[in-house]
Amino acid sequence: MNVQAPPLTHNDYKSDVKPIWCPGCGDYAVLSAVTRALADLGRPREQIAFISGIGCSSRIPAYTNVYGFHGVHGRALAIAAGVKLARPDLTVLAAGGDGDGLSIGGNHFMHACRRNVDMTYIVMDNEVYGMTKGQASPTTAPDWCKSKLTPEGTGIAPVDPCRLALAAGANFIARGFAGNPNEVARFIVEGINHPGFSFIQVLSPCVTYRPEQREWKSIVHPADASPAQIMAEAMHRLAADDGFTTGVLFQGNRAPFQPIGKNVATFADLERKFES
Amino acid sequence: MSKVVVIDGNEAAAWGAALSRPDMVAVYPITPQSSLVEYLAKFIADGRMDADLMDVEGEHSVLSVLHGACLAGARTYSATSAQGLAYMFEPYFRTPGLRLPMVVSLVNRDSVSPTCVWGGQQDAMTVKEVGWIHMFCENQQEICDTIPIAYKVAEHPEVMLPVNVNHDGNYLSYGVAKVELPDQAVVDSFLGEKNVNWHACLDPERPMAVDPLTGGATGAGPATFVRYRKGLCSGMRAALDVIVEAHADWGRRTGRHWSPLIEKYRMEDAEVALVTIGSMSGAAKDAVDEARLDGRRLGLVKIKTFRPFPVVQVAQALSKVRAIGVVDRAVNFGWNCGPVFQEVLAALYHLPLRVPAMSFIGGLAGADITVEHFSQAIDRTLRLAAGELAVEPVWLNEND
Repeated sequence: MNVQAPPLTHNDYKSDVKPIWCPGCGDYAVLSAVTRALADLGRPREQIAFISGIGCSSRIPAYTNVYGFHGVHGRALAIAAGVKLARPDLTVLAAGGDGDGLSIGGNHFMHACRRNVDMTYIVMDNEVYGMTKGQASPTTAPDWCKSKLTPEGTGIAPVDPCRLALAAGANFIARGFAGNPNEVARFIVEGINHPGFSFIQVLSPCVTYRPEQREWKSIVHPADASPAQIMAEAMHRLAADDGFTTGVLFQGNRAPFQPIGKNVATFADLERKFES
Repeated sequence: MSKVVVIDGNEAAAWGAALSRPDMVAVYPITPQSSLVEYLAKFIADGRMDADLMDVEGEHSVLSVLHGACLAGARTYSATSAQGLAYMFEPYFRTPGLRLPMVVSLVNRDSVSPTCVWGGQQDAMTVKEVGWIHMFCENQQEICDTIPIAYKVAEHPEVMLPVNVNHDGNYLSYGVAKVELPDQAVVDSFLGEKNVNWHACLDPERPMAVDPLTGGATGAGPATFVRYRKGLCSGMRAALDVIVEAHADWGRRTGRHWSPLIEKYRMEDAEVALVTIGSMSGAAKDAVDEARLDGRRLGLVKIKTFRPFPVVQVAQALSKVRAIGVVDRAVNFGWNCGPVFQEVLAALYHLPLRVPAMSFIGGLAGADITVEHFSQAIDRTLRLAAGELAVEPVWLNEND
């Protein structure tokens, strides 16, 4: 008799490790969105690799039940690219915060976008370094004066991660809000299904160091147009955007990166070899 | 007038740095250093300190920014820990070769992997061969006092080398104690007129490009390289005397006389000695006192200056004991024992007679090395004196 295993639910993708996040942190919703997206995709847990860097949000792989690696600060994308090229059959997710991805790891972000390896990168953006107790990040407004390190504000123009991703060549760009985890889950599914490098910015409030971000729920608004397919159109829209538009903002059609040199065998290739 | 305050080690370091009047501070926060640089930001915002503070995008940039500032003639300061130091390594390695006299605090933390944000000295011990001077502090007051001393040493014309002032993460960084803040006028007269970079500053009479390509199979290229390498060794050698003089000068001005290279504690008639480094030394001294009460003749040598290594002072201090136990808060992988232990062994080779020594490793990843742990180390070292050899290190917190 052929017994069919029941499909995995989103809880099957959660580990039993209790998150260290503060009560009310937006990252809980992102964790929930990731596990729902993986359940919707129905991919077996051993066919998913989840890579992160350092910071509060980078703890996320430990809270899931898939392959995970808590990497070097800022290097999640380089590690994830290595995993994907060595095992193209795996679904590769990378995640981290705005500090990890845009500050210490900003260089890798740019090159991961232009390389366009087929993987999905989630940045949980709370405009602050939470783990080191509240310093300004590259997405922080220049006049935010609550950080002990920059008590008069940074005075530096912040980065819009979606604009940066578009300019650098990301093939899929979406922006979600932790207050709407179902929508974030849908973006993650679409990002994974879209070939090439998919970037998803999730506005994920830090209730400890940025309590004013509780107001984000009344500021975010859905995109009023279907995703741009042409880069110039996406650029035009993003240039006029306030940073709080949620939705899939760009769907490109660049071919994903293919390494030059000998092809790496997939799991299916290896199985076929044994069958013959 | 000096002022007495109750502060943690990170604030003590921030005061030591602020009183030394750096022109430029570059930072990237990392546990357990973060509050140190936040104190500096506060001093600047409050108008207590006149320095530029640059909050940059990673430690590689921190040290690169300081290279630029130092080459332009600025007195520079920063602080980091473990992974931050690792990320800083490329400019870190260049700093002594360029003879840039900066001071950077290392808030010692154990290095990844496995992932850990707690105290340990693996960070500093891993970079001990690079050419930075390394001083280790035992308490909050010593941190505050050692930073101005470090500038005096770094900028001395015969030294011109960068200095790491080390203080243990957690135990010193967050531990609170009474600290007497030196008077600004005392620090000013101690440091004298600022002349940070007499050899490579922006001088219109002498424009120059720093660090062109050297080396090659023949000719002047490799000879130039050798000259620089030997120069760095000369600077290190000269630093030993300069460190002693600077500590003596500081003692005359403040009344606080820190042992500059090594501290000898109850060593006069000691038969067996412990060697320690950093904040662990306080508990170790208590264990020595307890052993003395039991009639055992214990002593202790604390290493303050680890680079340049005070070979003669260490060898002489330990020349009359029958056995030595060296306690490390880091691991030398390959030798698979403590790194300070290896250094002590190398120094002991200069003695005419062999003194048996053994390695203890404790305090990794934030673990406390208690008086009981030191008492165990003392018991084991006494057995070494009685002839029970020890080839492998003893891991003090293994069975906690």
